[in-house]
Amino acid sequence: MRAPRLPDQRRNEVLRQCLSVGVATGAYGISFGALSVAAGLSLWQTIALSALLFSGASQFAVVGIVAAGGAGAAAVATSSLLGMRNGLYGLQMSRLLAVRGLRRVPAAQLTIDESTAVAIGQPEPAAQRLGFWGTGLAVYVLWNLTTVLGALIGNALGDPKRFGLDAAAPAAFCALLWPRLKSGDARAVAGAAAVIAVVVSPHAPAGIPVLVAALAAIVAGLLPARGWRKQVLEDPGTPPDGQAQP
Amino acid sequence: MTLWTTVLAASGLAFALKFLGYVVPHQVLDGVIVSRVTAMLPVALLSALVVVQTFTVSGGGLTVDARAAGLAVAVTALLLRAPFLVVVILAAATAAVLRTLGWG
Repeated sequence: MRAPRLPDQRRNEVLRQCLSVGVATGAYGISFGALSVAAGLSLWQTIALSALLFSGASQFAVVGIVAAGGAGAAAVATSSLLGMRNGLYGLQMSRLLAVRGLRRVPAAQLTIDESTAVAIGQPEPAAQRLGFWGTGLAVYVLWNLTTVLGALIGNALGDPKRFGLDAAAPAAFCALLWPRLKSGDARAVAGAAAVIAVVVSPHAPAGIPVLVAALAAIVAGLLPARGWRKQVLEDPGTPPDGQAQP
Repeated sequence: MTLWTTVLAASGLAFALKFLGYVVPHQVLDGVIVSRVTAMLPVALLSALVVVQTFTVSGGGLTVDARAAGLAVAVTALLLRAPFLVVVILAAATAAVLRTLGWG
């Protein structure tokens, strides 16, 4: 299926948006790289996470749980629960992109908050496709480059605590959470999850409290829907990671 | 589980979840409850990660140290609409300065 060609002006507009989202997102690849080596992952493990896992919140979760001494299984489980939303984005994108066969592989790998947000922000199908591929590629390239840079900086810094890197990790999670707190229900879920994590933490191995806190989301999903039901139903891929909103 | 196993398993599952969206029949993931839970999962997980990484020590005990001050600064920066990297750097700098001064 071939969409009608975009006028040059629109094409440039969309490409500018792709690039600016790529640069904004790429910038925090530096903090990921630095935190990852501070958590004890090697340079190559850090690079592998950005190249293969390629989903900011999940990557931060893996290194955060590893840093706290959590079990690998808890890190993988948390990362995967966070990654479930990408499946939902993929569902939306498969309709917009109309990709088949092997092209679904790169499309799936580039399906993240940012590429989905830019794509569904465009009114016409040709711009949606350009927005998805342009943003996905820009973020992928810049995120991987800045990851390497951050890892090298992190290695050079030495003791992570001296530079407050252990405070950088919760700040990063907080910044990822922030744009998702627009509805009252989201704030209620965040509050409940925080309380559960605090209560469970002294009694469970590292990594488990976060998984138990996920129950707050499941309970919220099963409860009779209130204000945000409409919003979620009409736009399941709600807000993008971080500040990279177009 | 070795670190490499963790890295590769997390990566493999992450890709599988993304790919699932492109191959499953649309109605499978379209359920109302699935949509609602999926939308709320990142909120719950990120919130729990903030709390655990700020207020616990290894072993799971609760504490308030320089990281809490870093988080307070991060929240203030977010309220002032600071960009991601600025938020993270301010939090780290706050904790680092407090520790240099001998607290936390």
